[in-house]
Amino acid sequence: MKRVRFWGTRGSLPVALTAETVRRKLVSALRSASGRHFASDAEVEAHVDSLPFSVAGTYGGHTSCVEIDTGGPEYVLCDLGSGARSFGQAAIARHGPASPQTYHIFVSHLHWDHIMGLPFFTPAYIPGNRVRIYGSHVGLEAALRRQQDEPSFPVDFSALRADIQCVHLEPARAYEIAGLTVTTKPQHHGGDSYGYRFESNGRTVVYSTDSEHKLADAGETDAFVAFFKDADLVIFDAMYSLADAISIKADWGHSSNVVGVELCQMAGARHLCLFHHEPASDDAAIDRVLSDTRRLEEITRTAEPMIVTAAYDGLVLEL
Amino acid sequence: MRGVEFSSRQFADVVVATPVGRIDHSSAGQLELALAPLWEESVVGTRSLVLDFARVEHITSVGLRVLMIAAKQLHGNGARVAVAALRPVVAEIFAISRFDRVLDVFPSVRGALGRFSAEALEAFDKA
Repeated sequence: MKRVRFWGTRGSLPVALTAETVRRKLVSALRSASGRHFASDAEVEAHVDSLPFSVAGTYGGHTSCVEIDTGGPEYVLCDLGSGARSFGQAAIARHGPASPQTYHIFVSHLHWDHIMGLPFFTPAYIPGNRVRIYGSHVGLEAALRRQQDEPSFPVDFSALRADIQCVHLEPARAYEIAGLTVTTKPQHHGGDSYGYRFESNGRTVVYSTDSEHKLADAGETDAFVAFFKDADLVIFDAMYSLADAISIKADWGHSSNVVGVELCQMAGARHLCLFHHEPASDDAAIDRVLSDTRRLEEITRTAEPMIVTAAYDGLVLEL
Repeated sequence: MRGVEFSSRQFADVVVATPVGRIDHSSAGQLELALAPLWEESVVGTRSLVLDFARVEHITSVGLRVLMIAAKQLHGNGARVAVAALRPVVAEIFAISRFDRVLDVFPSVRGALGRFSAEALEAFDKA
């Protein structure tokens, strides 16, 4: 595995920047440049780079879709959220529509925000492409077909002319797929969800979204610590604050940045990536969560420092 | 593996509970067991709880969950819960977890008692 690219990082529902939000970013950026003279575009770029991410960028609004670049010829994707559309367009732009490709797609669960991208995933419509969709839910294929039935969508699943197969994965069993050793783990979420652990050439990536961790049961905690053990990167559902996750949003099936830090520290993970952002959170709110999480990691650290990032649409993490 | 020690004192209609040590995955159960009688007793009378955190070195999510359970149980009985005298690191954990938005946090036990009950504050000052 070489790197991970994030095509969709938002939880539950796609969101978009509003005109008012863009305006506020511009006002903030221009105010920061007041009195400055920029002699070149490079100086402008340098100034932009100095601004907070919530001013100079955006975490984005597509729902879950993460690419694992194995370094091999076949694509590996986690979830088919709305970010799958952008991923598909980029793949076609790279190879051209007439060059058959293989796509391995691992689905965490069947809630809409994790499958809604398939009807817009152009490679699935192109004959010659191979699409393998893996999951541990018995109803995986039925759920994918149903969202393209009338009246939900005008293009039937049968119009997907690629060679598409759904493949059932047994939890806790290791599979060799696209040069990766892949293991799944059941997680607490309405209708169940599954985390994925990908291992290859001494590198490990864990994709664990839509998972509530109560940490009240030592056995369950130990099982997740083992699943995250020594991972180079853990992509973690940090949708809510801890206070919300165990009070008004208890049993909603999501976790927090605090629990992410605790589990990753116990597991000796090297990098925690906050993922599945609350759709009600604006860029500044996610910036604050990231800053808080880095501070928590710092004040609770008992071993080597752990990298903490917040995923955004377009983020690339080298492994 | 260090546990958490626990003691409590009553001032009029308010109980001041004093955990000591680290409230983490290995010790949170002890705290829950220690606190449970308080909400069971509070069915009889509306006794409020102030948790004196002056000697709590660290708290993890499991410990915070115990506080949430205590707050829910006591609120259900018409009682109130506050946490007081947090050390700086613990105060940061409360802020990062947003627990400072769902529990009443006071700089001192005396301040919490003053907010809850004049009788309790008087008893505290005389003690």
